[in-house]
Amino acid sequence: MKEVTQMIVVLTLICTVCGVALSGLLEVTAERIENQVLINVQGPGVKIVLEGSENDLIADRKKIKINGEEVLLFVGKKDGKPWAIAYETLGNGFGGSLTVMVGYDTDQKTLTGIQVVSHKETPGIGSRVTEDQFSQGFRGLSIKIEDPSPKGIRGEVDAVAGATYSSGGVYEAIAKSLQIYPEVIKQSLAP
Amino acid sequence: MKLLKVFTRGLWNEIPPFRLVLGLCPTLAVTRSAEDGLGMGLAVIFVLACSNMLVSSLRNLIPRQVRIACFVVIIASFVVVVELLSQAFFYPIYQSLGIFIPLIVVNCIILGRAEAFASRNGIIASGLDGLGMGLGFTLSLTVLGSIREILGQGTFFGAEVMWSSFRPFSFMVEAPGAFVTLGILLAIMNAISKSHQS
Repeated sequence: MKEVTQMIVVLTLICTVCGVALSGLLEVTAERIENQVLINVQGPGVKIVLEGSENDLIADRKKIKINGEEVLLFVGKKDGKPWAIAYETLGNGFGGSLTVMVGYDTDQKTLTGIQVVSHKETPGIGSRVTEDQFSQGFRGLSIKIEDPSPKGIRGEVDAVAGATYSSGGVYEAIAKSLQIYPEVIKQSLAP
Repeated sequence: MKLLKVFTRGLWNEIPPFRLVLGLCPTLAVTRSAEDGLGMGLAVIFVLACSNMLVSSLRNLIPRQVRIACFVVIIASFVVVVELLSQAFFYPIYQSLGIFIPLIVVNCIILGRAEAFASRNGIIASGLDGLGMGLGFTLSLTVLGSIREILGQGTFFGAEVMWSSFRPFSFMVEAPGAFVTLGILLAIMNAISKSHQS
């Protein structure tokens, strides 16, 4: 009996101490990790779609709520005035979710560009949707596009040959992005 | 003198991937480049030295029947520490090692050293054993990674080292290249130690 109690006590103690120590470490590092993820994962995409901005895009990010979901909003500024915004949306690709960062020129009412931020597409096939050749096609697309559905966007920009599903995921994400754009604008102007 | 022997054993006589042939999963998977190999090795040194010391200091407290469970909890905790710290401070390395950092938990070397050495020896000896084995592991991974990177991409730690008309063998950075390189290195090490003995 004594042995059993010792076993239970020792194992419980070790697990508790480890658990408490790790949750403490998580709390200490959480903020730094969030920043690192922003810089290394979203950062490069944001820089491309908001090219020409003069502010620190990552430091100036905002969190807003759209239809109950949190959206991270990046604002590009030129001469101290906001000229463009960017936020990401999800689409379903061939291998899972695709995250697409879409940038908007708020004055011209056009897309400044798109970047696939993260994906699980087949290397060399579906992954070609991340390449410039495809993403360049969205630059300058009007926000007031006639049919803002995935199908309508497909009509404006050609899909990557052989990567129908992956391209479809990108169209889906952009369609979603366009859908919430009016709401995002409304909230981004509010202080 | 005995402590020195404990430390150097992991560097040649019992160098983990080549002699003990333990921990082959990360050895084969993350040695696409010298940098990845080195990063993985450093993570393993940290986990191995820390878990060895903690296991050794608790060795008289842990009942025999639940020792493996206790070791695993301790090792897993240090692995999570490495995972969090690498995310916070070395994010690019964390990105390229990916799933293989959490998988250090199931690396046989670490549980093997806890069971075979740390649970029977003092704290200092266990720490040195962990450091030695970890260094041996790091060395092996870096060498393996360097060979694969130089032949497979023509670079060493990201810097161009081969002549301009060199065509990289992309085979070397794929999985089969890892097996072939490991096999050749094993054969060379066996040949050297054989000639030493005779």
